[in-house]
Amino acid sequence: MKEIVVISGKGGTGKTSVTASFAVLGGGDIVTADCDVDAADMHMLMDPDFAVSEEFMSGELAVIDHSLCSQCGKCARVCRFDAIDLVNGRFRIDPVSCEGCGYCARICPEKAISMQEQKAGDVYISTTKTDAPMVHAKLGTNAENSGRLVAKVKNEAKRIALETGRNIVLVDGSPGIGCPVVSSLSGADYIIFVTEPTVSGLHDLKRVNELRKIFDIPAGCIINKSDLNSEMAKQITDYLDQEGIQFIGNIPYDESFTKAMTNRQTIVEYDGSETGRSLSEYWKTITEQLMQGEK
Amino acid sequence: MKVAIASGKGGTGKTTLAVNLAAYMSESERVVLADLDVEEPNSSLFLKGEVVHKEAIYTNVPRWEKDACSNCGLCQKVCNFHAILALPAEVMVFPELCHGCYACSELCPKDALPMVARKTGELRQLNVGSFQFVEGRLDVGQEQAVPVINRTLEYLNDEFPELDTTVILDAPPGTACPVVAATREADFVILVTEPTPFGLYDLTLAVDLVRDLSKEIAVVVNRFGIGNDDVFAFCEESSIPVIARIPNDRKIAELYSRGELVYRKVPEVKRELEKIRTLIHEYSRRTVF
Repeated sequence: MKEIVVISGKGGTGKTSVTASFAVLGGGDIVTADCDVDAADMHMLMDPDFAVSEEFMSGELAVIDHSLCSQCGKCARVCRFDAIDLVNGRFRIDPVSCEGCGYCARICPEKAISMQEQKAGDVYISTTKTDAPMVHAKLGTNAENSGRLVAKVKNEAKRIALETGRNIVLVDGSPGIGCPVVSSLSGADYIIFVTEPTVSGLHDLKRVNELRKIFDIPAGCIINKSDLNSEMAKQITDYLDQEGIQFIGNIPYDESFTKAMTNRQTIVEYDGSETGRSLSEYWKTITEQLMQGEK
Repeated sequence: MKVAIASGKGGTGKTTLAVNLAAYMSESERVVLADLDVEEPNSSLFLKGEVVHKEAIYTNVPRWEKDACSNCGLCQKVCNFHAILALPAEVMVFPELCHGCYACSELCPKDALPMVARKTGELRQLNVGSFQFVEGRLDVGQEQAVPVINRTLEYLNDEFPELDTTVILDAPPGTACPVVAATREADFVILVTEPTPFGLYDLTLAVDLVRDLSKEIAVVVNRFGIGNDDVFAFCEESSIPVIARIPNDRKIAELYSRGELVYRKVPEVKRELEKIRTLIHEYSRRTVF
């Protein structure tokens, strides 16, 4: 089983549109995981049935029982997150600031503070319009631990792939380089970068590639909106060469992406699109070379 | 007055709006722009100036002192983040998981886990001519953006306390903890979206988040002309004003791709920025008086 993760550094480069296209091309043979848990959009293109839904608990929040509190103020003194304040004569915990470290609960002499487990979000296991399993999630509001929710989504997808004998897990990652991205990279076999020929696209690609190097995972890159700025596109392909990243191919600036999205379709399902044909080729190349080692 | 520019979805034009708005407003008033998208800070790519301040950002994490340790194992028990593994004869610290709560360090009976500074990012201030620009930048390989965002906000509060300065905060995408950290001090949040199904869905998530923080919201629609009208319908139902519409124009995308400011070459953008500026002033008058 091989795991492919699609990331970009910069947001809005077309990561999800490309991943969903590949998911449609992969059909029933792959498992898809939407690990962009705090802006999970892939369900809009894949029409999942939300068959199984599970609450994912992770992290804690401190709660004060005022009937036990002696107002000694020790909790507020040890809190490094400025989450405990005296408000109208009572110590109050600001749930937005509380990190859930539990230090206050541990040192409260009256045992007036308890730690309550928090819901980090919901995890769904679905069957999509291509009759393939898809694992996705919705991060709770103001939830911490998006990294752990990402790990949960990925692990469920891997479990399903192993149990059902599917060879590929396709993961849509988050923008950025922080904990959700790190979490989506662990255990990956191949990374697909989706970038765009803009100063930001290249800058962010370089940062996320530095992160990739720490994990030492092979990668390829698709340049979206490639004809927007040919000079910048050239700078990107030069950079890919220099870094040993496979250049998978270009996608031109194509408003059919948006038209297809408005119809809840991926571009590969959209009538007669040249871009759709290119993406089919790219998917074939990626999967063939990845599966070569498997057989 | 702090105005945060955020969005659920990435790549909707937060940075474009933030740098263009800052540059435009600075032609006639005091503005500071801060890039709080510390994982992928891009505002500086559109600005030229000299660095007037630079500092490393540190977070404090425990360091195990072998000789002092009695191997009681309490440190592992008090750590809620699995950042400490207490083995029979050794304590292992995983600094990237540490949230810096100090529980292990302060509760250790032998003082065997002193907190030491560990660099996780950088802060820079640039004088870009008509305004000051401050950027927080997370080091690659570090996972926790929030301490870098918090230090950048603290620096802004210390250096630019003046009430007549508009501080524009370029926030990260998404709806997780970095966005909360970047918007929680804002007086007012502008959400940038695009009129597509993805734009709308992520906007609804961002609206939920910002409302949880009890902040006033306005929406700017970017790439106006593509997609459909659902974003406008949602804003109307939710009583959220749409304060500007930036047209979908390949020329804007090309200027952006080269790192150029858009409003100086596209008059429609300048007109929309003026609307946003007027609204910020109206809001500022309402809150101050």
